[in-house]
Amino acid sequence: MPEKYHIKTQMIPPRRPRIGKFGVVDWREDCAGCHNCAKRACVFDRYRQETKYIRDADSVDAMFFECMGCFSCVQRCTKGLLSLSINPAYERLGNSYWTPEIILATWNQAETAAIPVSGAGYRGKFSGPGFDAMWTDMSEIVRPTRDGIHGREYISTAVDIGRKPTVLNFDGEPSAKVAPPALVDLPMPLIIDIMPPEYRLPGLLPSLEGVAVRTGLIAIVDARDWELLGSVEDKDLPHLAFYLDKDTPVPSAELLRKTRLVEVSDGITVLQRIRELKSISPGIVVAVRVPLDSGGTERAIQLAHESAVEAIHIVADSNGNQVGVENPKFIKDMTRQVHTALVKSGVRDGVTIMAGGGVALAEHLAKEIICGADVVTVNLPMLIALECRLCKECRSGPSCPVELDQITLDYSVGRMTNLVSAWHDQLIEVMGAMGIRDARRLRGEVGRAMFFEEIEEETFGKFFGSRKAK
Amino acid sequence: MVSSLDLEKRSSGSLPENTIKTLVPQVAVDRTTRAAPPRYRNELAKYIIRRSDACKLCGKCVQVCPQGVHVLKPGYKYFAAPHSHLCTGPACQKTDHYCIDLCPQKALRLVENPMLKALGDYRWPADMILATWKMAETGDLPPSECGYEYECGNSGGGFDCLRFRFPDKPPVDLEEDEIDTTLELNRRNDGRPQIKIDVPWYGGGMSFGSVSNLTQLSKARAAVAFNTFTCTGEGGYMERLRPYDDHVITQVATGLFGVREETIQRVRIVEFKYAQGAKPGLGGHLLADKVTPAVAAIRETVVGISLFSPFPFHSVYSIEDHKKHIDWIKHVNQRALISTKVSTPVDVDMVAVGSYSAGTHIVHLDGGYGGTGAAPDIAKKNIALPIEYGIVKVHNFLVQEGIRDKVTFMASGGIRTAHDIAKAIALGADGAIVGTAELVALGCVRCSRCESGRGCPRGIATTDAGLIDQMNAEWGSQRIINLYTAWRKDLIDILKRFGMRSIGELRGRTDLLTHLDYTNNVERKA
Repeated sequence: MPEKYHIKTQMIPPRRPRIGKFGVVDWREDCAGCHNCAKRACVFDRYRQETKYIRDADSVDAMFFECMGCFSCVQRCTKGLLSLSINPAYERLGNSYWTPEIILATWNQAETAAIPVSGAGYRGKFSGPGFDAMWTDMSEIVRPTRDGIHGREYISTAVDIGRKPTVLNFDGEPSAKVAPPALVDLPMPLIIDIMPPEYRLPGLLPSLEGVAVRTGLIAIVDARDWELLGSVEDKDLPHLAFYLDKDTPVPSAELLRKTRLVEVSDGITVLQRIRELKSISPGIVVAVRVPLDSGGTERAIQLAHESAVEAIHIVADSNGNQVGVENPKFIKDMTRQVHTALVKSGVRDGVTIMAGGGVALAEHLAKEIICGADVVTVNLPMLIALECRLCKECRSGPSCPVELDQITLDYSVGRMTNLVSAWHDQLIEVMGAMGIRDARRLRGEVGRAMFFEEIEEETFGKFFGSRKAK
Repeated sequence: MVSSLDLEKRSSGSLPENTIKTLVPQVAVDRTTRAAPPRYRNELAKYIIRRSDACKLCGKCVQVCPQGVHVLKPGYKYFAAPHSHLCTGPACQKTDHYCIDLCPQKALRLVENPMLKALGDYRWPADMILATWKMAETGDLPPSECGYEYECGNSGGGFDCLRFRFPDKPPVDLEEDEIDTTLELNRRNDGRPQIKIDVPWYGGGMSFGSVSNLTQLSKARAAVAFNTFTCTGEGGYMERLRPYDDHVITQVATGLFGVREETIQRVRIVEFKYAQGAKPGLGGHLLADKVTPAVAAIRETVVGISLFSPFPFHSVYSIEDHKKHIDWIKHVNQRALISTKVSTPVDVDMVAVGSYSAGTHIVHLDGGYGGTGAAPDIAKKNIALPIEYGIVKVHNFLVQEGIRDKVTFMASGGIRTAHDIAKAIALGADGAIVGTAELVALGCVRCSRCESGRGCPRGIATTDAGLIDQMNAEWGSQRIINLYTAWRKDLIDILKRFGMRSIGELRGRTDLLTHLDYTNNVERKA
């Protein structure tokens, strides 16, 4: 058995005061000053901590919002002077896709590396757009078991990028004649993608490299930004993949041979570009980056039929939507479309599909794989792990409210590593529940998922007619 | 050499005898509704009245309000904190005692409580929590003038989008006592006892450890009062529950906590828990903080070590193995009915039929949005189907296989109100199993903090000695009894409007439902 994939993590507290969901509004006027003040009875001891915090706080704008929202003090106060409200700063986090819940959940995972666990049942909407319109399966009585999650059995999350031969040619010989193809193996189906242009902070690159090295994953780096990385040790190069835009010159052969994966932009000359790279470094795997615009899925399918193409990276926008289209399709549906087309034409295993855009939570990672991606690429969650709140103020330079230009490598690599570890554990939870022991088998297992539109039609269609258009 | 078969023959004479006796005198609890006022000083209210400086303390508002919202204690000059939760809100305007208009100084103002934004969630909106509290307090449906929208949540799908199509006038006029809400649990005709419960629901499994012993006791007492059941959950059988044995279900879950021959023998129903809707396929979680000495003792584990039950049963990898399990329990307790609790995978219909063929009396389906004391968020939201789909799938398949009337089919996982129960039955279940609603009756605000630390800050889902004291069993049982009473009224009201004489008539009547998101233009027959 190969050595088990394990990510070392440690608690890394945030640099800035936390932003919680709830805040208690205290109407001090008319306070009777009871000796058994309801605040003293706070189970979480928040009031005492708050007092201490305010005393020690070194910046005046720091507010303390770690109320758990249990209403106990509100309901106990003799005079009824306390009331609970949603923290407005919490509601301002992120945007309509990257919701405050997502941002807070990511922060907590980046801090603790723990799977988010809570009591009481699910609190959210029945279903929703995008990834919320599907559920993953579970199995009542199959292996692997929860033990797999806790150590006795092994649930593998390893995947490979590259072209896999569909048949072995023995030609009468005892061993196959095919030379093994160039393959990149990853311990988990995750690649750190280039940040979207509005969040491309120059200081971030060494951190992204650091987390790729520490977790054994790969970070894609625009070759034009190579200088910003500073000095990279040779042993770390396998964890970097250059992205070459149309006009970007090919990096030096020496450098290229030390990396395992390289990504090129799509274009008329793409096949030529692949041949060029392969001639420099035959062992390298070349992925083609295909933006999911109006013709994106068709282009991806077309490329998959080219024998020179080993991997295709389909990319939607940050919110998982098709680019530049009026009624955009969502990444999970586009991935499924590409996957299904390739399965139908019998070339699915000839090519690796990497998919990215809109992957915000660990559940999206699992769902995206079920929809047909071999590997999922993420960017923004890495940034959010560093307490970014997607306010985009960094575009104007020095005004980042969380001072992302001041981070240390220990902090940034640690936080992002924690996040990757938490995602890995959650992927295993989902696979464990489904009884799937290998991430490669999770890919395209749409039969082990339930899609809202399909099951809704199957269940309620016959009773209630057709679904009204929204 | 004595063969094992001989040994079994020898013991067979004594077994049934041992297992039929109830060993401890059973306690009776009566069903009477009694007021069980909220245990917090400031009950949260839907509407609050703001008093401005213009108030001259004349006391007119105290005189006019029949609900007793305004409080001026004798001998006091100033008002005490108002009992806002008694206020009926804007509906009061039509009456002759609307304090806002009657105040000579016009010092009062009625506003919707802004705090409600912070209470509840999509599945359990603030109104539903407040209405459940009201029912638990009074034993009656919340007065319609209070304007609680408690029948549905805001989740935008499933039960929350289903509505009953009531006829303008009931086809037959029925008195309340002509309507039968009882439910038969044994339909196998296998010589085991016929157990009938008075209401088509029973209490779900909540272990000692996840909830306090007082919570368990309150649930058990309410179950006795309504001649229904409550379940031990996966945490062992508390000795204090013994006088309620006849209304307790012993759960055999994968961790096998507290599963002993004797705890199996003392009850009338034994439940196999394969999976739980909130964390399907993942086994139980009890995080370290909550494993107190008492919990560790009953579970025979180590204090302060997290308990992750395995998944699945390591002795069950097929339906045949499941049958072996059931046979084992049936042999140990010859009077027990068997319930099988499973979650909702894609092939849930096959699982249900398989479970029937293995000999179960009750198929218990726990949908993906079910309650829990601790579960990974990723599992709560994403793994397994919501119960609404599961019910339809399983009901149809049982009908198709011709065994629908040989098994009792119970649904759980997001059943919050009597309306949810009725909808679940109309979709095809025989009855429902409830959990969270009982906790809400005890004062839960669904803050989701039951999983770690000292546990529930409101003293319900905790084993911390300092927190449990916030309530007592007398009050707790009365709150749940009141809630059950109100629910029963609600159910009877639904049946009455349809002119149905029994809850069984409602089963599978999807023709009586409409779905808000659909055209609803399909011609359907009953």
